[in-house]
Amino acid sequence: MADRQFATLTAHEARTLLDNREVSSVELTEASLERIDQVEDHVGAFVTVTRDLALGQAEQADQRIARGDAAPLTGIPMQLKDVICTEGVRTTCSSRMLENFVPPYNATVTDRLYSEGAVLVGKGNMDEFAMGSSTENSAFFPTHNPWDLDRVPGGSSGGPAAAVAASECFYSLGSDTGGSIRQPGALCGVVGMKPTYGLVSRYGLVAFASSLDQIGPLTRDVRDCATVLNAVAGHDPRDSTSIVYDPPDYTKSLQTDLKGLRIGVPKEYFVEGMEPGVEQATRDAIKVIESLGAEIGEVSLPHTPYALAVYYIIAPSECSANLARYDGVKYGFSAKEADSMWDALEKTRQDGFGPEVKRRIMLGTYALSSGYYDAFYLKAQRVRTLIRREFEEVFSEFDALVTATSPSIAFKLGAKTADPMQMYLNDVLTLPANIAGIPGISVPAGLSDGLPVGFQVLGKPLGEETMLRVAYAFEQATNFRSTHGDPPL
Amino acid sequence: MEPISFDEVRHLSALTRVGMTDAEIELMRDQMSNILENISVLNQVDTEGVEPTGHSVDVVSVMRDDEVSPSSTVEEVMANAPNREDDHIRVRAVLE
Repeated sequence: MADRQFATLTAHEARTLLDNREVSSVELTEASLERIDQVEDHVGAFVTVTRDLALGQAEQADQRIARGDAAPLTGIPMQLKDVICTEGVRTTCSSRMLENFVPPYNATVTDRLYSEGAVLVGKGNMDEFAMGSSTENSAFFPTHNPWDLDRVPGGSSGGPAAAVAASECFYSLGSDTGGSIRQPGALCGVVGMKPTYGLVSRYGLVAFASSLDQIGPLTRDVRDCATVLNAVAGHDPRDSTSIVYDPPDYTKSLQTDLKGLRIGVPKEYFVEGMEPGVEQATRDAIKVIESLGAEIGEVSLPHTPYALAVYYIIAPSECSANLARYDGVKYGFSAKEADSMWDALEKTRQDGFGPEVKRRIMLGTYALSSGYYDAFYLKAQRVRTLIRREFEEVFSEFDALVTATSPSIAFKLGAKTADPMQMYLNDVLTLPANIAGIPGISVPAGLSDGLPVGFQVLGKPLGEETMLRVAYAFEQATNFRSTHGDPPL
Repeated sequence: MEPISFDEVRHLSALTRVGMTDAEIELMRDQMSNILENISVLNQVDTEGVEPTGHSVDVVSVMRDDEVSPSSTVEEVMANAPNREDDHIRVRAVLE
C-alpha cells in the first residue's frame, strides 16, 4: 500500500524524498489524509481534521521547495494537540467549554511551524484541559492505542501519540504538565519529549498549571524530535517565563557513542508496583547505555516518593486559578437557560466542565483556602525546593539520568477510571521533571506482552543536547522501529 | 488526616461554581478524602527553613517600551462572544 508507505516515513526520511522531488508535499499530505480516513474511526486521535487547510499549505510548500528554500519541516504533515491555539481552526481542549472556540491568533509554536512551511492536518484529542493520563477524560470520545485498540494510548497527549504511532501524521506537538507527552509516547511506542521549562514559548497554549506546563514534540524517532525542537525552541517576548537563551542546533548532538558521559540510575524510580516487564526492559536498556561507553552509577533522589503529593497540590491549585476565566461571558460555552448572572455562571461551568476538571478545581481551591494554604500549598512549594535541590546535587556528578517512563504498559480502557488516585500513579516517574523544570525524553525500549515500553532520559536544565545524545545512541543501538515495525493496524 | 465532610465539599462546589448534585458531592467527598490522605505524606517531610519554590526558573518582571503595535481587531475579539450587542458583550444583570 503506497500511501501507508509514505505515511510511515519519519519526517527526515520524508525530507529527503521531498528534496529529491521523489514525492510532493501534496502527495505526502494526501497520504496522511487517506491514512486518517482508513484508521481514524478505530483510533480517534483527531478532534478536528483540517483537510482543506492542509492541502492549501501543501501546495504552498511545494512552491517553496521548487524555489529551493525549503526548511527542515517544509511540506511535512503534522498535528497539534488541541490545547495549542490555531487561528481560524477551533481549539477545544477536548472540552464542552471550548467546543466551538475559534482562536483569533496562533500560539507562538504554531506561528513558528507555519513559518517553516509545516502542513497542519488536524488537532489532537486529549484529556479535557490536559487533565488525565489515558485520554478517557476527553469530553468527545476516547483515543485508542494503535497497538491494541482495547487499550488506552496514555495521556493527556493521547491523540498526538496515537496519531504519530498510527501514521496519521509525521509528528505532533503535545503539552506536558506531569508527563503528558512522555507517558503517552511510552505507551504508544513513539518518542516524546518535554523540554526545560521556559525553552519553548507557552504563548497560545491554553493554561492548565502555568509553572509546570511545557510544549514538546512527539515523533517517530530522536532525529525528528531534535528537528522539531529546533523549530519551536527559543525566547519569546510574549511569554514572560520564556528563557532568554539562544538554542543550539539540536541535530548536531546526535552521536552514537556515549564515551565520557556519566549516567545516573535513581534507585527510587524502580517503584513498588512497577510491572516486571517494564523493570526488565529498563534494566536491559541501562546495559545498552553502558555498552555504548557511558559510565553508570546508582544515585538516590530520596524525596521522589513525595513528588506525586507535591504535584497534586500545585497542579490543581494553579488549575483552579487558571480555569476561573471560564464564565460563559467573553468566549466559550454559555448556558442559555438561567435566572441570574450567578445562575448562568454556575450552569455554564456545570455543563461545560467534566468530572476530572471539577475535581481538580475543587482540590486546588481547597488547598489554597484560608486555613489550609500553609499546610498544603506552601508545604508543597517547600518540598518542591527540596526535589529541585536533589536534582541539582546529582547533576553535579552526572550528565543525565535514566529511568522507566511509566510503571506500566498501556492498560485497558476503563480499567482505572473509577479511582482517580490509581490514575494519578501513572505519572509517578514523569512528574518530578516538571516539578524541577528539567527536560525529559521517552524513547521506545521494546515490547512487553506485545505492547511498547518507554525508557526515560532526564537532563540538566537546558541539557537537551546531552539528553538527546543519550536517547539517540540508545535508539540507534536498539532500533525499535526496524525490530518491531509499526503497530498492526 | 480527617476525611473531608459533605458540607465542606458542598461549600467548595458553591465557591467554584461547578454546580454539583448531592450524589456528585457524595462521590467527590470520597474521592477527595482519598486524594487528601495520599497527599498528607508531605507531613513526614521536614521543611524547616526551606524556602518555597513557585517557578523552576527565576521569574522576573519583563519590561518593554510603551510603543503602539498591531493588535486584534474588535471583530476578531468579539467573534467568540456568546451574546453580543453591537460592539459590546451582553451579560445578565449583576445587581438585582
